[in-house]
Amino acid sequence: MFCIAPLIRLRAVCISPNLLRGSSRRRLLTTKVANPPTVAIVGGGAAGFYTAARLLAKLGTTTIDIFENLPVPHGLVRYGVAPDHPEVKNCMTKFDEVASNPRVRLFANTPVGTNVDLAQRHPAMPLTVLRNIYDAVVLAYGASEDRKLGIPGEDGQGGRVGVVSARMFVAWYNGLPEAQDVELDLESYDRLVVVGHGNVALDCARILLTDPEVLAKTDITRKAVETLRRSRIRHVEMVGRRGPLQVSFTTKELREMTKIPGLQIVCDRQLLDSQCASPEGAEHLAKSRPLKRMMEILQKHAVSEPTETAERTFTIRFLMSPLEMVYPDGLPQVMRFRVNRLEGPPAKARAVPTDQTTDISCAMALRSIGYASAPLNECEFDPVRNIVPNVAGRVVDRNGELVRGLYCSGWVKSGPVGVIATTMQNAYQTANAIASDIDSGNIAECPNSRSEVDDQLSAQGVFDYCVSNSDWKHLEKHEFDEGRKLNKPREKVTSIDKMLRIMKPEL
Amino acid sequence: MSLTTPVLPTPAFVSAGTRNVRGYLMHNSRQSCVSRFSTSSPSLKDITVTFIEPDGNEVTATGEEGTNLMELAHENDVDLEGACEGACACSTCHVILDDKIYDELPEPTDEENDMLDLAFGLTDTSRLGCQVLLTPEMEGMRIKLPSATRNFYVDGAKPAHH
Repeated sequence: MFCIAPLIRLRAVCISPNLLRGSSRRRLLTTKVANPPTVAIVGGGAAGFYTAARLLAKLGTTTIDIFENLPVPHGLVRYGVAPDHPEVKNCMTKFDEVASNPRVRLFANTPVGTNVDLAQRHPAMPLTVLRNIYDAVVLAYGASEDRKLGIPGEDGQGGRVGVVSARMFVAWYNGLPEAQDVELDLESYDRLVVVGHGNVALDCARILLTDPEVLAKTDITRKAVETLRRSRIRHVEMVGRRGPLQVSFTTKELREMTKIPGLQIVCDRQLLDSQCASPEGAEHLAKSRPLKRMMEILQKHAVSEPTETAERTFTIRFLMSPLEMVYPDGLPQVMRFRVNRLEGPPAKARAVPTDQTTDISCAMALRSIGYASAPLNECEFDPVRNIVPNVAGRVVDRNGELVRGLYCSGWVKSGPVGVIATTMQNAYQTANAIASDIDSGNIAECPNSRSEVDDQLSAQGVFDYCVSNSDWKHLEKHEFDEGRKLNKPREKVTSIDKMLRIMKPEL
Repeated sequence: MSLTTPVLPTPAFVSAGTRNVRGYLMHNSRQSCVSRFSTSSPSLKDITVTFIEPDGNEVTATGEEGTNLMELAHENDVDLEGACEGACACSTCHVILDDKIYDELPEPTDEENDMLDLAFGLTDTSRLGCQVLLTPEMEGMRIKLPSATRNFYVDGAKPAHH
């Protein structure tokens, strides 16, 4: 195949096009037109798939290769969304459609970027190599790290666990292989602290306070259910720096707490009511429908003091910032907080320290103060905002100049906040930019045909270890089959080795 | 430990839903078993409505009574998303109805309102398309799609929730 084409072109130089027939004539007439554009997407999560979906819709011939570090795609849709929120994961049907499109190929188990962490199983393909192969490369690798509190005693002491990342806790119960060994302590005491007032913090509290037999019917891992069955945690305190009007969680997740049988919701009613009733507070609430509805839920359901018979409590603590974790002998660890007061209008309120402190004893704490993206070494990265610098998805260098052919999508573009719908819009914006650049000839020209792309990938050894979409579907079928035996949607495979054994038994 | 049948903390309206291809229960709120492909009984009317896309393009669509607006949009290639596929778990099928129809419809449930809280460009007559079913009274109704583009911030904009 490769030999014939150049021969025909050579011959065609000497012969008038009119004497050629059929495909030879077309090939001569079209030799000046480049091969269909090729796009590589780094990251097989929501951002990557929605970018691909939009590119398929906007461009007729562009082919798309999606590279994913893990042997399984879908990112946080698989490893972040809570197991008792299965409807949120329905977007995977669309991802499946995209992955099955003949113009799309999934290369899972194929890390990109020279980060040492990613190179555990085999060397990662450098980003520069990818950029030399494809017309356009989209960074959509999300946020796989998180922010630490940075307080003394954070990492535990003397057998006690200290503070654990909420991201890791979520990843643990959702089956992420690298999170399976996370050290938790749900048994030495009945109280746990979650630092943060966002939906991830709420998810953690809800999973800890929900009847494990209810969770057993979801796609939470079997090991997590066993651990939660042994858990003695009955009281979760969700602690945040600022006040009720500055919370980041949303109505649905708060409402779910009110529906857990036997759970009492506790918060400082005096603070809540005064914040809502103050002139600035009332004005702010009138302008913010979601916040107003949330405050109404709290005012309807929350009490200042739990009753003695409350078997489980969920307490929202306000105006507290972690100072340190201390480990008194023979007692549960104690998280010490600085008490804050608020300054400024509700929309921009700042937490200002007072000299008061307060303590909460706990079996362990979870920190849920934000995810963070890691830089790829061959690319500009803004360490303050933890994003790849860009303008509407087109990557720029430190001088603000556009880096031709390089784009970004999802959390690595806009910062690690937003629901799937946000990521969808974000990804569409980037895809629109790519489509526009391709149409106007503004991308770097790498005139590779798909088979030439394959040659270069092959030279990198990618085909020795990559996992395809059909391999993934084979694993997924295994997960469905195992799940059916346990009356749950799926039982996730939680080890990379086992995943690869199931998907590629010949390796 | 409770001895009663455990109940998942899910929206109150969940009944026996259908399972989608990956075994997840699809919570099709207030939808009866009317499938858009069912061989309908003669008494089910066809209702024609007009979608107005963000760029002003108008698409006329006809659907059977009981079809939800998101499904109808998808059947007619209208530029309306539906990330959670009608399970009332996202805000991407957000549509804007005219005042009269909006007022005549029953109030959205708490669960729908919780999702609308997250919708971009929310109005007083906003609904989730997947929760609004076609009725004969909607004949000729005009449905506006909100302008989909969130202005993605480059500097200093408000973060959304997650």
